[in-house]
Amino acid sequence: MTTQDTKIEKEAGDLSRRDFLGLLGKGAACAGALVGAGSALASAGGGAHPLGGVGPAFQQEDEQYAEARKNPPKIPNYNWTEHKWAFGVDTNRCIGCLRCVEACKMENSVQMDRNHTRTWVERYTYLEGSDNALVDSIHDIKNVVPGTKETRFKFDNRYKDAKVTKSFFVPKLCNQCEKPSCVQVCPTGATYKTPDGPVLIDTKYCIGCQYCVQACPYGARSLNLVRGTAEKCNWCYHRITKGLNPACVEVCPTGTRIFGDRMDPESPISQFIRNNRVNTLQPAMGNHPNVFYAGIDKEVF
Amino acid sequence: MEQDVFHHVAPFTGFTFPNETEVPWSELIVIYPYITGLVAGAFVVSSLHHVFGMERFAPISKFALLTSLCFMFFAPTPLLFHLGQPTRALNAVLTPHWTSAMAAFGYVAAFYIFLLLLETWFSFRADIVALSKSRTGIMQQVYKVLTLGSDDVSQRALDTDHTIARRLAMIGIPGACGLHGYVGFLFGSLKTREWWSSDLMPIIFLLSAIGSGVGLLIVIYVITSWWRKKPTDQGAMQGLLYVLWSGVVIVMVIEALEMVQMIYKAREGVEGVFALIEGPIHVGMAIQWGGSLLALVITSIMMLSTPKGKTLVFWLFVSGLSMMIGVLAMRWNVVIGGQQLSKTMEGLLTFHPEVWGRESLVTVSALFTAPFVVLYLAQKLLPTVWEGEALEPEDRVFDIHKAI
Repeated sequence: MTTQDTKIEKEAGDLSRRDFLGLLGKGAACAGALVGAGSALASAGGGAHPLGGVGPAFQQEDEQYAEARKNPPKIPNYNWTEHKWAFGVDTNRCIGCLRCVEACKMENSVQMDRNHTRTWVERYTYLEGSDNALVDSIHDIKNVVPGTKETRFKFDNRYKDAKVTKSFFVPKLCNQCEKPSCVQVCPTGATYKTPDGPVLIDTKYCIGCQYCVQACPYGARSLNLVRGTAEKCNWCYHRITKGLNPACVEVCPTGTRIFGDRMDPESPISQFIRNNRVNTLQPAMGNHPNVFYAGIDKEVF
Repeated sequence: MEQDVFHHVAPFTGFTFPNETEVPWSELIVIYPYITGLVAGAFVVSSLHHVFGMERFAPISKFALLTSLCFMFFAPTPLLFHLGQPTRALNAVLTPHWTSAMAAFGYVAAFYIFLLLLETWFSFRADIVALSKSRTGIMQQVYKVLTLGSDDVSQRALDTDHTIARRLAMIGIPGACGLHGYVGFLFGSLKTREWWSSDLMPIIFLLSAIGSGVGLLIVIYVITSWWRKKPTDQGAMQGLLYVLWSGVVIVMVIEALEMVQMIYKAREGVEGVFALIEGPIHVGMAIQWGGSLLALVITSIMMLSTPKGKTLVFWLFVSGLSMMIGVLAMRWNVVIGGQQLSKTMEGLLTFHPEVWGRESLVTVSALFTAPFVVLYLAQKLLPTVWEGEALEPEDRVFDIHKAI
């Protein structure tokens, strides 16, 4: 049990028994949804979607989405001034299995294609005699599992006949910057920085101008063509406010992705930052990212 | 053969971020700064007479003002067509987020349309009053409404009109420069894209706007004069030549300076910039620089040889048109080119514009044709736009009696 889990249990102890069971139930429902989506994924195929890709079997139904917006879940005892979420990526551990990408798409009803994603993994490969890395990711058609209509991804074995001197994977996601340029340029204030860290998007207010998409130095944003609004990772805000880990962290089999509360010195992220020499992406941009990387190379952009 | 799920997904070479493969700003965002640029350029020409009293521009100053107004009506439309949620467009005006440059757009555009309407009304008020008295039927009523109940044409009232119109034009010059410098700021202030992130961007946008606006006026003036079988005014054409030549020279120098700076500084990603120029936008760059160069050469020769009559009209028309085309290519190279160079600066994208659909070449063509149609109707409604030319009965297309 992580420190974060302990803290949640402590918080839950203050609730009535009934509330606590309700909270557990909601958590179980979320977990159930994930498992359900996972099993749906196993039988990949799905109905044709108007936008291509895969249809309702994998994406949250519009009715569900509308209902979730109409009756947003109540989150008891969550005070966003009491947390400071942060994310860590230990690239030494990543095996490029891409479960994180698929889990994110299921959890957050991201468009099911290789050109829209909230999180992705980049493969950096140095061939013998070259100082420049060859980089590819999920939007390369060769890394899409054939016949899955861009719902499943697997890094292909393109370098099997080449002499590789070094190769590693770098998971990427929204950096939830301290000084987010996407928030700076949003003309309506539909995207905003929360006190607990994540940058959120009010999809009821976003006008879909895509200025934020242009302004993000990390390519973390895209336009959700179904909703006509901006789209990006929010560290599964609906989960972390209930004491759960983001979906990508939950499914990562190697512990590459680390998440936690920096206000808690014993949280996984606090320990990760303390015990590693960490870096952030493109520090010269002045965005002060909140995703910390261990083991990235100079080529990683 | 690779099959894209989304037909507007851009193929890429090298490495780009996955989300970049859908180009966020399409050809609609190319036409938006182009139209606002034409507005600014035409307005500056009209002000040369209204504000600075340059009499040689008198024959076209009202027409230039009307052109500016008609194009301004359509300046925001490409943005509306581009929004993912067009019905929420007013959110940016109702709750502007002031750290965003874009939040000011609604205010800037509304202010400018209002100012142009006011100036047009004061400039044409005496003509409208005259028309409300000379016309019959429904058109008389229309003109009466357009006078807004002010039918005083005494010398004192006309002087007041003139003074107010001049003052409005004086506000309009910084307004026009602000409007277009602001569009340049929208791009230049984004630190993410090497191709956009330049302090010179607002100046380049503004100066090229004036160049293209003058080009537009020359083109429309020559075509309409030919259509109306009236000779073009020699003095006005000479004046337009001077403005166009100055515009082309300054634009080319500043654009060249920007390129040289980018190459000389050779920051990270400069190889990407070279690859962009040699690759996806090489045709656009050839048109941009070719168009500007052609305009520069022709206008320079004309500045030296001072031709008159048909020679002046023909070659000025050619240089005006090539300036317009060159600036359009420049807008394309900036807006689309900037997005074709990946934020990783290690990859290039190929943008294929759609032909049909909401964000398509057809929409762009329709939105760019609309101001010309409205301008045609506007000059029918206000025939005195051709100052000094006598009214002819054929111009009375709005006359109900004629329609019957």
